[in-house]
Amino acid sequence: METTTQGTTQGSAQSSPQGSTEAAAPSATAERRPVTRKRRLFPPMTLKLGVGLSIAGLIVLFGLIGPLVVGDPSTVRDIGLTGPGHGFLLGTTQTGQDIFAQLAYATRGSLIIGVVVGAITLLLSSFFGLVGAFVGGWVDEAFSLLTNIMLVIPGLPLVIVISSYVPNKSIWLVAAVLAITSWAGSARVLRGFTLSVRSRDYVLAARIGGEKRWRILLVEILPNLIPLLASQVVFAVIFAILGEAGLSFLGLGASGSFTWGTMLYFAQNGLSLRLGAWWWFAPPGLLIALFGAALSLINFSIDEIINPKLRSQTRAERNRWGMSREQRQAAAEVTV
Amino acid sequence: MTVLEMRDVVKDYRLRNGLRSTRLRAVDEVSFTLEPGRTVALVGQSGSGKSTIAKLLMQLERPSSGEILVDGEPMPYRGARAAAYRKAVQMVFQDPFGSLNPYHTIGHHLARPVRLHHPAFSRRQVAERVLDLLRRVRLDPDFADRKPHELSGGQRQRVAIARALAPEPAILVADEPVSMLDVSIRLGVLNLLATLQREENLGVLYITHDLATARHFSDEIMVLYQGSVVEHGPADEVILNPQHEYTQLLADAAPAPERRLARHRQPTLAAREGGGQQPLG
Repeated sequence: METTTQGTTQGSAQSSPQGSTEAAAPSATAERRPVTRKRRLFPPMTLKLGVGLSIAGLIVLFGLIGPLVVGDPSTVRDIGLTGPGHGFLLGTTQTGQDIFAQLAYATRGSLIIGVVVGAITLLLSSFFGLVGAFVGGWVDEAFSLLTNIMLVIPGLPLVIVISSYVPNKSIWLVAAVLAITSWAGSARVLRGFTLSVRSRDYVLAARIGGEKRWRILLVEILPNLIPLLASQVVFAVIFAILGEAGLSFLGLGASGSFTWGTMLYFAQNGLSLRLGAWWWFAPPGLLIALFGAALSLINFSIDEIINPKLRSQTRAERNRWGMSREQRQAAAEVTV
Repeated sequence: MTVLEMRDVVKDYRLRNGLRSTRLRAVDEVSFTLEPGRTVALVGQSGSGKSTIAKLLMQLERPSSGEILVDGEPMPYRGARAAAYRKAVQMVFQDPFGSLNPYHTIGHHLARPVRLHHPAFSRRQVAERVLDLLRRVRLDPDFADRKPHELSGGQRQRVAIARALAPEPAILVADEPVSMLDVSIRLGVLNLLATLQREENLGVLYITHDLATARHFSDEIMVLYQGSVVEHGPADEVILNPQHEYTQLLADAAPAPERRLARHRQPTLAAREGGGQQPLG
């Protein structure tokens, strides 16, 4: 077998010396191993992931550094509704407030909401999804009953009721309300996956080996759920930022703090659309759209790890599977 | 030294079908003894209760009635004696692709049971034991850093055997250890198991549906049919002189070159005798 394949390759390319193939083999395996190790922890760097990460990174950087550089976003001046450029990078509001400064603070506010909701959702959904499915029995029944109840409670009306009930809402309260209404879906997904992992042989083997139950959950089961958890968190962050923007736009958001939603709310109240003050509502709207798109792109890359069938299914990828024009010509010549 | 004895063990499962529920008797009054240094083969078709017996022994299930005795005493399910039991009885799973966690390295799989068995071991001592275990199943030391997906089926099954040996057990339950492996490497894995058994004086419960390997590797054979043991005896006795009709069916189903050769040698004679009856054995 070995000799025949070597014979044919040497027949087609006679000058190739035998030594070079032998030398190439071990170096190829040596190069391959660290790559596989890295690939297990991080998704492969594709165009999608690169674009998503850089847009999200820029926005996060703006939210972190921006508020330190700009002036007070609430300062009222007598130059209302000036367009961009006249001493203010993005112009001013009706009451002469610096929109760029507001945008920096709003970015920070929205990101805080996203991160807090992401973290709380991660905790709640992995507690109710993972622990319930792993322990089983009546705990599982109770947990999935609670999850199902939370799932059918319509999210937005509940959020509106809670936020209209509390008069002075901090940004943390809004985040908590959003988190409580949004963890149930991912808890169900996690429960399903945990049920399938729980009965796999390696978990049984760990039980037979005498591992403690919490250790089986944390060391044997949890690492296999990391891609799933990551995509759930990213989704929760998108949901939180959009949800908060929606709430604030309805005037039910956090009072006295800046987020993209409150900026849009004030722009709407200040009749920016009718007055043609695009520089007031366009930047926060654009940032919401861009950040959502960037996180979605990141999520698609994570999805491709969870479900490899999604990979290489774009038209460009599939075209690459076929023969090149030269190959097709060569094939045609051979067959004719 | 551990002697395991199953005495009239019954395992029922409840099958729910809407509001009705029926009972399925997976294991029906099975009794046998596992001793160090002896291999007992458990033969039977799919669904005959082989794996349920393995699960009962591994404490993954509890018997509905009857009892499992460890050194003459009832099986401990909790406390320090249960922990000691879990170390003394280990298992090799059927599917080498499912029994290793894809997230962890081979070294992790072997180091955990070593650490659980010797809590006082230092990091270096654990690493030495891991390399020693790899050597014993004829794998190179550099396998410790690899992930399961980089290994072939036979290599994975060797790792699974090494993991089962890590707590220094007295009894090993091998649940169809080669049925998922390539035919060409089955014998290697089985020979390895036999060698290790001799070296460690293990009691082995070899679960299989392959009569030929059962006869070759075990001292006793039990034939399981629909949950109950229909035949139990020394390996050669069961194969060469099957009493129960299911065992006879199994023995006939196994490929026997002599039988075929005999048929080819005297085709005319057999045809003249008529009836298409072929001489057995």
